[in-house]
Amino acid sequence: MKYLSEFRDPELVLKYREKLDELVTKEWTLMEVCGGQTHSLVKNGLLELLPDKVQMIHGPGCPVCVTPLNLIDKAVHLAMDEEVILCSFGDMLRVPGSKMSLLEAKSRGADVRILYSPLEAVQIAKKNPQKEVVFFAVGFETTAPANALSVVHAEREKLNNYSILASHVLVPPAMEAVVNDPLAKIDGFLAAGHVCTIMGIHQYFPLVENHRLPIIVTGFEPIDLLQGIYMCLKQLEAGEAKLENQYARVVQPEGNPEAVKVIERIFEISDREWRGIGVIPNSGYVIREEYKAFDADRKFKIRIEKAEENKSCIAGQVLKGIKKPHDCPEFGKNCTPQNPLGAPMVSSEGACAAYYHFSKAMGDIEAQV
Amino acid sequence: MCLAIPGKIQSIEKKFDGLVKMAKVQFGGIIKEASLEMLPHAKEGDYVLVHVGVAISKIDEEEALKTFEYLEEIGEIDELVERSQIEKH
Repeated sequence: MKYLSEFRDPELVLKYREKLDELVTKEWTLMEVCGGQTHSLVKNGLLELLPDKVQMIHGPGCPVCVTPLNLIDKAVHLAMDEEVILCSFGDMLRVPGSKMSLLEAKSRGADVRILYSPLEAVQIAKKNPQKEVVFFAVGFETTAPANALSVVHAEREKLNNYSILASHVLVPPAMEAVVNDPLAKIDGFLAAGHVCTIMGIHQYFPLVENHRLPIIVTGFEPIDLLQGIYMCLKQLEAGEAKLENQYARVVQPEGNPEAVKVIERIFEISDREWRGIGVIPNSGYVIREEYKAFDADRKFKIRIEKAEENKSCIAGQVLKGIKKPHDCPEFGKNCTPQNPLGAPMVSSEGACAAYYHFSKAMGDIEAQV
Repeated sequence: MCLAIPGKIQSIEKKFDGLVKMAKVQFGGIIKEASLEMLPHAKEGDYVLVHVGVAISKIDEEEALKTFEYLEEIGEIDELVERSQIEKH
């Protein structure tokens, strides 16, 4: 087994379509939380296979999209400093800041490097002792261990020229915030499989109990998603609300204890602003006092005025699942991946980018223009 | 962002003054290095899920196979329900 192609079998996909048609009798709205799942659903045409009574809405699970404007401005400010090598995942580069994106900073001569792993940034710091190396540490719980590990590596190497600009957000508080929004109508959730790989599944029991919502921890391949959706709808049709794990080949109920240990060593939980949504209590990680030497925000004491968001962008409502990308008048017209007004059009996990690249909604818009 | 890819561990070595366990992991035709610090018990030949250069989970073959059995199970359960309804009539 290769654990990939088997989960993309078109015949199995069609069998699920049949089973879903037999199962569903009422109208249901489900939210997939993770942007990776949104992309898989749209890219593989799964939304069109679901029964008409079932609607998928797309959640806030795109760390790039919810990184506050102010933090992008800080990253750009750092990048423009000649002493700094700013390293980042590729996704962040085109996200618009209030003045420019990191990519524009790079085109103006800033040393901005796209990396696959934060551990590579530590090696860059080791090779460039005369420079300050900052890693733009964006992510959910999935990415937190790698970002924390980079600090552990830098400490072990006794580097004093490495720091991270942390933009870490947590999924369960965001799900709670989305459910509590009076405009949101959600009957059940597909929880983000890779987040649970790290944190385990227990964090979701309160949501299930307090809101009587089924939650299915779900993977990312077409068969995973269809099975997750089937399990969720089966509970709803039977009037149940339980936490189930579709993605047990990867997600242990207790998560990955080593990963949780390294996260807790470097980070602590704090309130956090989500771009487009606002401040959500206890929904992010900040670097602990003991490791403040590795915190770019404290190290460089960057003060940047809060800038206004682009008024025509409805990213906040898209991230909460209240509006679909094509409900935005700018979608595909003044806002495209080449010239994005908001982050969801940039990231490979943003709902707007998914619809732009893969959805027939785009074909409809082109027909109108 | 949370994209993580399954690959097979080809070899394991200690790096950075022998302090960090790193694996060469094969993804289709590509081999990349991944830290095993979060999976200290992983061995050669294991399939692991790798995210931004760090192996975060060992893949459980038995559980993977259950995904495919699920459809059969729901098919069989449906048949059982149908049969019991027919018997009742």
